[in-house]
Amino acid sequence: MAQMNMIEAIRSAMDVVMDKDPNVIVLGQDVGYFGGVFRCTDGLLRKYGDHRVIDAPIAEGGIVGAAIGMGLNGLRPVAEIQFADYIYPGFDQVVSELARIRYRSCGEFWSPVTIRTPCGGGIRGGQTHSQSPEAIFTHVSGIKTVMPSNPYDAKGLLIASIESDDPIIFFEPKRIYNGPFDGDPEKPAVSWASHPKGEVPEGYYTVPIGKAEIVRPGDELTIVTYGTLVHVAAAAAEAVGVDAEVIDVRSLSPLDADTLIESVKKTGRCLIAHEATRFGGYGAELSATLQRECFYYLEAPIRRVGGWDTPYPHAFEWQYFPGKKRLAAGIRKVMETAA
Amino acid sequence: MANKSRLHIPKPTARPGDEPDFSYLDLSPAGSVDKPPVASRTRDIEYLSSGLVRVLDEEHHAVGPWNPTLDPSALQVAMRWMMLNRVFDQRMWQIQRQGRISFYMEAAGEEAVSIAQGMALRPGDMCFPSYRNQGLYMYRGMNLVDMMCQCLSNTRDMCKGRQLPIMYHSKEGNVFSISGNLATQYPHAVGWAMASAIKGEDHIAASWVGDGSTAEADFHHALTFAAVYQAPVILNVVNNQWAISTFQGTAGGERRAFAARGLGLGIPGIRVDGNDLLAIYAVTVWAADRARRGGGPTLIELVTYRGGAHSTSDDPTKYRPKDEWAAFPLGDPIERLKNHLIVEGHWSEDKHEALNEELKAEVMAAWKEAQQYGTMTEGPFLDPSTMFDDVYAEPPKRLESQRRRMLDLEKNGGGI
Repeated sequence: MAQMNMIEAIRSAMDVVMDKDPNVIVLGQDVGYFGGVFRCTDGLLRKYGDHRVIDAPIAEGGIVGAAIGMGLNGLRPVAEIQFADYIYPGFDQVVSELARIRYRSCGEFWSPVTIRTPCGGGIRGGQTHSQSPEAIFTHVSGIKTVMPSNPYDAKGLLIASIESDDPIIFFEPKRIYNGPFDGDPEKPAVSWASHPKGEVPEGYYTVPIGKAEIVRPGDELTIVTYGTLVHVAAAAAEAVGVDAEVIDVRSLSPLDADTLIESVKKTGRCLIAHEATRFGGYGAELSATLQRECFYYLEAPIRRVGGWDTPYPHAFEWQYFPGKKRLAAGIRKVMETAA
Repeated sequence: MANKSRLHIPKPTARPGDEPDFSYLDLSPAGSVDKPPVASRTRDIEYLSSGLVRVLDEEHHAVGPWNPTLDPSALQVAMRWMMLNRVFDQRMWQIQRQGRISFYMEAAGEEAVSIAQGMALRPGDMCFPSYRNQGLYMYRGMNLVDMMCQCLSNTRDMCKGRQLPIMYHSKEGNVFSISGNLATQYPHAVGWAMASAIKGEDHIAASWVGDGSTAEADFHHALTFAAVYQAPVILNVVNNQWAISTFQGTAGGERRAFAARGLGLGIPGIRVDGNDLLAIYAVTVWAADRARRGGGPTLIELVTYRGGAHSTSDDPTKYRPKDEWAAFPLGDPIERLKNHLIVEGHWSEDKHEALNEELKAEVMAAWKEAQQYGTMTEGPFLDPSTMFDDVYAEPPKRLESQRRRMLDLEKNGGGI
């Protein structure tokens, strides 16, 4: 088994699938000669040529629109949107076209596009390089939304996404590209080498879409989270000294509600954490589902911790980011209400 | 020029009550625009975007270098398709007025676009149409009953009741599904064409938008991608002068022809008489040939006139002169082809009238048949639980549970 960071794992996923299926192509800004601003496509142009790894003009609507057309003609396009914050010019193509073509043509036409896009803050990106817009996409029927939290899952989920006949929005939390992050920016960076999920097979494997993972078993509290906050949540629970079960949702849509429900029924307490703004966020969907299914098992109200409902401020990144302190406070609140 | 800045708010030359005025249209005499070799450099053929390629002259003869010299029998077939398109539209319009379908859009005055371009493309070429291209579906083999059933959202509806009337799709005929969001199909055509080239196939793609939709970002995305990668695609702008109530100037057509939109990107543009079937056929064959030989995209502006309302929900007498179509200098595509065939001795008024009656009967028979599969008020009805099908290839569990809940509620009848 090889050691990979998330960038290498994502690159390996594309490499493995491109090697296997000549219809898989990659397109996006800077993905070709340069290998992507985060290096995720480094080396693919040399290996697969400029008809399969295509540098695109700066037009996200064009990238998504052209990828849809390629998919309609038998290719399996992997489109990179350089930052999730840039996806909005392509939003109409995602919502009105990509998500709807199968439905409106009753299955005659469909386009298996995977859109990879780095999301989240913690890299001094300011409000245009830090957003987590996943809830905007989970709200759209006809697409699936995935966000891995480690190299192993990133590779397996990306292969599953590219091979899926459904269109997928694949969010990559860029703060943890190079190593897990416990939410404390003062601590020295940690690499994936010390993390069990940094062990990644070099060849083909998949992680199924639609399956959550219990990353830390526990009895007192369930923390439902995904992306960068998986690591922050585990560290916060450790710090507070609560025996928390931390669940990585991984696949936001379709949602593996059963795993979440079972856990909350067991612990009776639930904290939901995501980096995205809280109001109208994906956590609201999780909370509504869990309170309906687990209401009579709950010993305290379900709480949510998220980014503040402001744009992501450049200079106050760590006041904005729901770090260990905010998560610890959330954990205590959920535990406090115990009689 | 004034000594201060001011806005120009485009205004059409005539509103209701005014005399129609098409003095703004630049016309060239038939046969006057040169036909260059398909391998020409864009910069050498810029004249094609400002002239108007026409084949049929005022005496109804086919003249000039663009004359495709089609067999009279092929023209008679083309005539039949255009007439069928119109007869079908007229019938469906009446049916909507009787309240038997919810909505309709007719192609009156623009039939030559779909039929001529359908003829000029090969069956393996992929079409990404707009909502007034029903003629393409007909030409590519969709039968009238299927089209009517789609408009009825009945048990034989290809869209299973999910789409507004006229939003057909045909995998078999290589005609894509129509979207209600405008110009979104343009980048699809470019991507499809890129894939064709990537796979080493010689199929090309073609797409259509109206003059109004050229303002959409997707139009510009598509042109950029098509130009950058020299995609084998034909991008058509059907300039029918009106986008609901705004005239083509509101989309930016006052100072430069839509055909010139691609010149800055190095895409050749051809401005063609959109009511001249022969001219449309010829320029489309030219563009297809260029695309198939690695010459990249061509933008074709088809100058025509929207003879009817935008849709059944629209009343054009509120914003344009009633008799504007009759004053349109490029006339009616069906009349023009008819006159040409008559002048050449291959058609007659009697034959025309007889064919029209025959087509009316064909459409009526199709309507009778279509209704057997259900109407808006009489069964058989589509099973509403099919609304949960085809959202995904692998649907999430929640859709199945919602389907069950909906069926339970339906079973329990009207009670609350």
